[in-house]
Amino acid sequence: MAIDFKPTGADLELVNVRKDFPGFTALQDMDLHIPAGEFFALLGPSGCGKTTTLRIVAGLEEPTAGQVLIGGKDVTATKPHERPVNTVFQSYALFPHMTILENVAFGLRQRKIEDPLKKAMDALNLVELGYAAERRPQQLSGGQQQRVALARALVNRPALLLLDEPLGALDLKLRRQMQIELKAIQMEVGLTFLHVTHDQEEAMDMADTVAVMNKGHIEQMGAPEALYERPKTAFVSKFLGQSNLFVGSIADSSASSLSIEVGGHKITVPKDRAEKQTGKICIGVRPEKTTFHRTNPKLGSDHVVVGPGEIIDIRFTGVSNQYLIDIPNVGEVTVFAQNVGISPVIELGEQVWVSWKVEHSFGLSDLPAGNEDE
Amino acid sequence: MAFAAFGSSPAKEHKSPTKSSKIVLALLMPGLVYLGLFFFTPLFSLVVTSLEVPAASGGIGEYEYGFAWENYVTAFTTYLPQILRSFMYATIATVIALLISYPLAYFIGVKLRTRPLLQRLMLVLVIAPFFISFLLRTIAWKQIFSDGGAIMQTIYSLGLMDKSEHFLGTDAAVIFGLTYNFIPFMTLPLFTTLERFDVRLLEAGSDLYASPAKVFRKVTLPLSMPGIISGTLLVFIPIAGDYVNAGQNFLGSSKTSMIGTIVDSEFLQTQDYPIASSLSVMLMAVIVALVGLYVRSSGTDDLL
Repeated sequence: MAIDFKPTGADLELVNVRKDFPGFTALQDMDLHIPAGEFFALLGPSGCGKTTTLRIVAGLEEPTAGQVLIGGKDVTATKPHERPVNTVFQSYALFPHMTILENVAFGLRQRKIEDPLKKAMDALNLVELGYAAERRPQQLSGGQQQRVALARALVNRPALLLLDEPLGALDLKLRRQMQIELKAIQMEVGLTFLHVTHDQEEAMDMADTVAVMNKGHIEQMGAPEALYERPKTAFVSKFLGQSNLFVGSIADSSASSLSIEVGGHKITVPKDRAEKQTGKICIGVRPEKTTFHRTNPKLGSDHVVVGPGEIIDIRFTGVSNQYLIDIPNVGEVTVFAQNVGISPVIELGEQVWVSWKVEHSFGLSDLPAGNEDE
Repeated sequence: MAFAAFGSSPAKEHKSPTKSSKIVLALLMPGLVYLGLFFFTPLFSLVVTSLEVPAASGGIGEYEYGFAWENYVTAFTTYLPQILRSFMYATIATVIALLISYPLAYFIGVKLRTRPLLQRLMLVLVIAPFFISFLLRTIAWKQIFSDGGAIMQTIYSLGLMDKSEHFLGTDAAVIFGLTYNFIPFMTLPLFTTLERFDVRLLEAGSDLYASPAKVFRKVTLPLSMPGIISGTLLVFIPIAGDYVNAGQNFLGSSKTSMIGTIVDSEFLQTQDYPIASSLSVMLMAVIVALVGLYVRSSGTDDLL
């Protein structure tokens, strides 16, 4: 078998990939292109099809329709062992009857690479587990096993490394540490990483590009900052961080902005930040972009002001305070205020106005569930 | 011993805290008493009998205490063909049982995991023959394979065998009976091992460039070893000493006698107790030696 191994990783392309399971469609017509050398994250809730996508790329699952191309070569019909791809499994799946070193050397031995034990040892040293080479997987902690699984995949220098929620079973602190290590290793080896996770912080922290998946398709894809600053769908705006969303019909339109009216308040979004520009639309804003005022601030047209409303909940989270404000006819609005000691002391039940800059508004292409077009 | 693999997972070994050894002794007592009464006493008696000499009075079946180690030489030289045949039959039947049981156990233990009801039904079917006496089943096979039976009639009419030839009484018939009777002892330990087999390791293997055949050799098979070892031992040991299948009243003939059939006839018909006993002791010694070698060479010393 001739597997084409490129030292720098290869690009991955999915063309119209579809996967039907009895009773439901796990993936619908997925198109995806991941450039060589990129750290790409597939982010989504469980059951969104992200693991199915990964398994199709690995060859562990056969797509119902569509093609998988690695480095420009169609591998759709090839078996997993014929693909230049390695996976770090969620369960680690280390071979319990072999030593750590033999686990790592497994792939090299199968491909009859010279000097498998030395290369395996180098890979173990890379993940700082050289001292555990002769132990068995059962003798290692979860975090150590995870690193062995990573070494076992990396040592093969696959064109594409697949990571199936590899940090899912680790505790928070270890997870953060592993995230940093994983990112550093990716930069060092320059391979293409496809990382599947449901942890949005992890995805945003590590990936060059994040694709948010929902119900078998990609909702939005882009750099983490772009995704966060301009979510295009209600799902993305809620899954990636928090959002205040307002739904209404377009009431006013200027050359550069659109406004809707909600409960007597005018909520404006710049036209170039609005996905949908006709009919009923949804405008959102991130809670940390908003501020509250004890009196009506009477700001200009470059600001949106809603209120007054009543503070119904205050939460102290350390770095910030979260305020929940109930504005009549508008609904609940969340405001994050940095805990820097200069925000006004405010109590439950107080009346406040909430404002934000128009340039921080974003217009979604769809409406949140329950607000569909009549 | 090897049977530890039957049901318990070899994964973790707990270091038992050193507690009052009196309680441990008390808990062990029933087992020790049982072993002493029903294993060591008969064993001792067997060894003593194997060294006895014919009584001076000279009656059939009358012996007195002695130290006639020649009994062993006599038994060995007289019955060497039967001893060799026993181990040959046991080896062949064990291999056939393993070849049949492994795919079956894999199917029940791995493939049927998603359908627990079917899995349990299949297991019951594996054990079901035990509900009928071993003797009856063997006699039933004798009838099925008799010259007048449907199978042999078909074979004769197809010209596959001449009418002067018979299936009963051949090596093949005895090996068939042995395999049939002991196969559940192979299937069950294999099942208990494969039932716990983590199929995700198969995916990991194929992800690491191993073809399905390679994955089987490098991952599935090594991880099935505890089941294979206990299964082969559970089948090989009783077959080597079996005295029913090879008997002339069952599937065998005078040309198929095994140690067990000889011991049976020496004890009950010839009443040559010392020879029968020395054969038994030899059988036991050879089995213990073989099992020791086998377990050692299979790299599962921790089972001993």
